[in-house]
Amino acid sequence: MKIRAAALAALLLLTGCGGDDATDTGTGAGTATSAAVASVSGTVTVFAAASLTESFTQIGKDFEAANPEATVKFNFAGSSQLATQINEGAPADVFAAASAATMKTVTDADGADGTPVTFVKNQLVIAVPNGNPNGVKGLADLTKPGAKVALCAEQVPCGAAAKKALDTAGVKLTPVTLEQDVKAALSKVKLGEVDAALVYRTDVNAASSDVDGVEFPESAGAINDYPIAVLKESPNKAGAQAFVTFVQSEKAKAVLTAAGFQAP
Amino acid sequence: MRERARVPLALLVPAGLGLAFLVLPLAGLLVRAPWGTLPQRLAEPGVLTALRLSLQTSTIATLFCVVLGVPLAWLLARVPFPGRRLVRALVTVPLVLPPVVGGVALLLVFGRRGLLGSWLDSTFGVTLPFTTTGVVLAEAFVAMPFLVIAVEGALRGADARYEEAAATLGAGRWTTFTHVTLPLVAPGVAAGAVLCWARALGEFGATITFAGNFPGRTQTMPLAVYLALETDLEAAIVLSLILLVVSVTILAALRDKWITSA
Repeated sequence: MKIRAAALAALLLLTGCGGDDATDTGTGAGTATSAAVASVSGTVTVFAAASLTESFTQIGKDFEAANPEATVKFNFAGSSQLATQINEGAPADVFAAASAATMKTVTDADGADGTPVTFVKNQLVIAVPNGNPNGVKGLADLTKPGAKVALCAEQVPCGAAAKKALDTAGVKLTPVTLEQDVKAALSKVKLGEVDAALVYRTDVNAASSDVDGVEFPESAGAINDYPIAVLKESPNKAGAQAFVTFVQSEKAKAVLTAAGFQAP
Repeated sequence: MRERARVPLALLVPAGLGLAFLVLPLAGLLVRAPWGTLPQRLAEPGVLTALRLSLQTSTIATLFCVVLGVPLAWLLARVPFPGRRLVRALVTVPLVLPPVVGGVALLLVFGRRGLLGSWLDSTFGVTLPFTTTGVVLAEAFVAMPFLVIAVEGALRGADARYEEAAATLGAGRWTTFTHVTLPLVAPGVAAGAVLCWARALGEFGATITFAGNFPGRTQTMPLAVYLALETDLEAAIVLSLILLVVSVTILAALRDKWITSA
């Protein structure tokens, strides 16, 4: 992981330099067509929660289309792990977390540039195998004897939200496993190893051919805010700021809504 | 005398760098360890549970590997058969396979919908994922090649004439194996078992993928370290240190007792 990050950083430096050179030599041509919005250049490295994988990959492409001289690189992983990496000095420009609590660990370490903005919200659903063979209708069905359920570990945002939802519902549930991130919990449903998992609605949307989502009322009490922030140590502040603004644009909002996120 | 004692610089420098490369990360852990709060953190109940589970599962996995791995190594070293090269290459697959992939592969075979797992489930009502047995299986899968390679190496290095002498004196292959071969390669078996145990103790990827993560049942120390890292770097460092101290102590003790004396 560390090695890959280092290799990535080296690569980013190289491509970043290349981008700068291009803008330097191309200023003449640039001014001729500068009627358009001032676009940013260089590489923007975005650390984003695993649940943002599909939508941010699309938004990254749209951003690159709008800013032809910019490149967006993503590092998708569990939010808490990303926060640890950032606090330990990983080279990143933007951090998008799946909960305010994880973002707080970065702002507490004085790692964010300005105040983080909440750009979407996400809600939990019960992921079940395609066609819902066990007829799960709500949280209470998950406590039936023999039912195997995967939850996220409490240390990661989806696990914290699951605990909150179960507490709200007054349901005592013993999972067979506490997975390290939301995608791992979902993959246990896909592989048929568990009968259900509590995951985000967006994850079920992204995996719609393999799994179905069952909505449950108690999830309203455990909605996760997704904050995004430019990082203080960002090597490309202009690019980072442009990306954060772009994520809040109508175009990006359409992508996020289609993925199942809710407006903040 | 002096000539023999002098170590060539061309060997000494890379050796020193190699040692530093291996030891510096350990120093990093020691420097960042929260020594002040260490006692409280050690007393947390989850720590001992994970440590006990780790020691139990890695020991059982090692026994499992010895029982199956020593005969396998013997077969590879002593019995010529067509496709032996291929089998030898297959044995090392878990070494090159990323452990997470190994975990997925185990799920596809021993999982509830897996090739063997579905049969186990329907016939005996046994499912292996998310159980302590699953942890042992995942660890054994990843660690067994270390044992097989070490024992095979020892067998190939051992003088086959002792076995031939036993055979000419009328001993069967089984008697020869138990009375001549095994005592001859005992140090190799011990070394392989120690390597195997160490690898099993540190196993993470296959375990969390195949056996999941649940405290007291499948959460071994490496899994506990990983999850602690999500929220609490200091807790992760403490857990790592405990695992290091325990494993290095056991390995050092075993080394003195078995390997050097044998």
